[in-house]
Amino acid sequence: MSRLNSKLLSILKKYSILFILIGLILVISILSGGVFLRITNLLNVLRQISVIGIISLGVTMVIITAGIDLSSGAIVAIVSVVVASLLQSPTAADRLFKGGQPWPVLPILIIGLLIGALGGLINGGLIAKFKIPPFVATLGMMTFARGWAFIYSEGRPRGSLIPQFEIIGQGSLFGIPNPAWILLICVLITHVILKHTLWGRYTYALGSNIQAAIVSGINTNRYILLVYTYAGFLSAVASIVLTARIGSGQPGLGMSYELDAIAASVIGGTSLSGGIGSAGGALIGALIIGVMKNGLDILNVSADFQQVMRAIIIVVAVIIDVRKNIKRS
Amino acid sequence: MNQYVLEMIGIHKHFPGVHALKGVDLRVKPGTVHGVMGENGAGKSTLMKVAIGLYKADAGTIRFKGEEVSFNSIHEALQKGISMIHQELSPLPYMTVAQNIFLGREILNRFGLIDHKAIDREAGKILEELQIPISPSRIMGELSVAQMQLVEIAEAVSRNAELVIMDEPTSALTEKEVDHLFEIIRNLKNRGVAVVYISHKMDEIFKITDEVSVYRDGELIDCRKTSDLTRELLIKMMVGRSIDQFFQKSKAKIGEIILEVEGLSRRGVFRDVSFTLRRGEILGFAGLVGAGRTEVMETLFGIYPKDKGTIRIKGKKVDIHSPYDAIRNGMAFLTEDRKRSGLYLNLSVRDNIAIASLKEHLKGFLINHSKIHSICEQAVQTLSIKTPNLEQQVMFLSGGNQQKVLVSRWLATSPEILILDEPTRGIDVGAKAEIYKLMSTLAQEGKAIILVSSEMPEILAMSDRIVVMHEGVKIGELTREEATPEKILHMATGETLATFQEAR
Repeated sequence: MSRLNSKLLSILKKYSILFILIGLILVISILSGGVFLRITNLLNVLRQISVIGIISLGVTMVIITAGIDLSSGAIVAIVSVVVASLLQSPTAADRLFKGGQPWPVLPILIIGLLIGALGGLINGGLIAKFKIPPFVATLGMMTFARGWAFIYSEGRPRGSLIPQFEIIGQGSLFGIPNPAWILLICVLITHVILKHTLWGRYTYALGSNIQAAIVSGINTNRYILLVYTYAGFLSAVASIVLTARIGSGQPGLGMSYELDAIAASVIGGTSLSGGIGSAGGALIGALIIGVMKNGLDILNVSADFQQVMRAIIIVVAVIIDVRKNIKRS
Repeated sequence: MNQYVLEMIGIHKHFPGVHALKGVDLRVKPGTVHGVMGENGAGKSTLMKVAIGLYKADAGTIRFKGEEVSFNSIHEALQKGISMIHQELSPLPYMTVAQNIFLGREILNRFGLIDHKAIDREAGKILEELQIPISPSRIMGELSVAQMQLVEIAEAVSRNAELVIMDEPTSALTEKEVDHLFEIIRNLKNRGVAVVYISHKMDEIFKITDEVSVYRDGELIDCRKTSDLTRELLIKMMVGRSIDQFFQKSKAKIGEIILEVEGLSRRGVFRDVSFTLRRGEILGFAGLVGAGRTEVMETLFGIYPKDKGTIRIKGKKVDIHSPYDAIRNGMAFLTEDRKRSGLYLNLSVRDNIAIASLKEHLKGFLINHSKIHSICEQAVQTLSIKTPNLEQQVMFLSGGNQQKVLVSRWLATSPEILILDEPTRGIDVGAKAEIYKLMSTLAQEGKAIILVSSEMPEILAMSDRIVVMHEGVKIGELTREEATPEKILHMATGETLATFQEAR
């Protein structure tokens, strides 16, 4: 009997976050009188969480290395304005090209992704090679990228983007919004990286004990570099999705997204002391934040009060994490 | 007057999946030194943590000075008069000795400000009483580990502790420092303070304790007067069987030279160290703590760069700039500090075993999990690692089993040269015997082994040859037949073999 109980308990513990999500959905469904469960609303939730969800995947990997990334929101901004400026149809681009044809979308997307990856690479380089604490290095990148976003865009939003691009954020496939598909693909890729590649396993190892990782023959610098680069890359993906959804590039975009992403990651069970976390957890964390926000919107709770509630959830999640760690030691 | 200062009766403690304490007792008389022995995982540490309020017992009674107590925190235990000197010390390095002693209960002057002079004076008094020759105004961080320990003892005394628990206090001390510590312990005894002394070291138990409680698998085996015990009896109580062949050294065929190190130097750490190693051979490295043995191994393994010297493996000169290079060249390095540079404490047993050999088991970019799984299961079986399953976080394993996990990690890389740095430190007698047996088996399989050890019996029993180091220099080399404890000790303190023999 007690064995059964303890087994049940360990299952409950392992999937506690998932149960919390289900509980949350139930409560909100009942309180909203079923409005929450309408298909249009559910699709809306998916669309809303996709950006934070994508960012939080990279942030999760960074936190597994026992690091932190504060630059995600700013990278969203710089990528947004650069990509949008190149995709303004067909007025701005004609100035560059005689034919007046807009650039094809794909190369521009690649440019955007490379900018994000470069930002992450610089983060990783500062951290791995120059041993700058991740907090400081990414704080630097945060203001640096945000600053360039404003300089590049001269502080103005860039609108009227070509329609082929906007499909990325506004279209849907089999009834599911494209941003949700992109999030799903990113979750799968990140999951495979974490669980099934050397890169992933080494990420856990170096986050758990970097000394031991070095002795185990792991080139820790290389993998730290890779993780931050990937986080920057995912921020760029999120930026493209967001820019396409709202149909304009803005230098003020993604403000404090890094904090939401960290929150999603931590709520999803990633340990700030490193070595623990998963892509699925990050997704559930983003869903919890998204469902709550949506539910409170339906229930007409003011945005200010929502902020307060979110703070409480994050603190509770971290308390749970810390308590887990205390039990271990 | 109570007969016992501390009585713990029928203590039970459960952890997820483990019944760590199964109704154990501990009775400590005032003014005595009470030894606590047992293999790792026997429940000693858990019992002590219950005593000081770090863990709460699931069942059982604790009486302190006859009064039933239930501490909710270390703080409460401290206030009642129980102090613990931990294995890992945690002083504030930038504060003075006196400030450390009075941390949290600073003496205030009449303005409510800290009275530094009074603190210095009081601390000085306590240190003097205990005959600890340390100035209260010294900065904590400048002290040696041994000195810091003595300061902690002074702190316990200053709190009027009536029971001081010492968890392997001598693990980082030199022989002389141990003697000094024992003097202080006797001093405490005379003041009526009871000491609970946890140790793996037989010599110390016989030297300092009055009574010994032996634990095994979460149960109290027996509590006896030390004078009624013998070494053999104690070992038998600890492992539940007598160990006839504790050190299992079987004859291995010594083959060709596999490793040649010539003139290896690292500035300011060690210089000009040369030696050779053959297949099937166990090469011991003896010396005092700080002689540079570990540093030589770390450099050999590419953790730190060398300044000079050449390394040849199978006759070919190799460049080793990182552990990665070393592993590629067939080397493995079991580091001396398991927790700091060995284990991934919050990762699973599987991850801990597989991490260094993952590269060998890829399908394209992806890890072959089923292969890894079978390798890990195999390892758990071969070394009889006690773990509920492969997913168990390695932090929940006992020291001996953790060490076996690390050994498995390295064996999984199929090394030809194994460097074992203090492979039996802090593990229990049973696991020690298993490690010795494994070393013999590996040597018979033709692997070459370097054994760095500070335990004289271990190095004498297991090595085919012994290199002795002193202050970063190789003093000499002894064959198995030549080696005696005296010779090694003399060389380890800086005399060469020649001068030692002349003096005879």
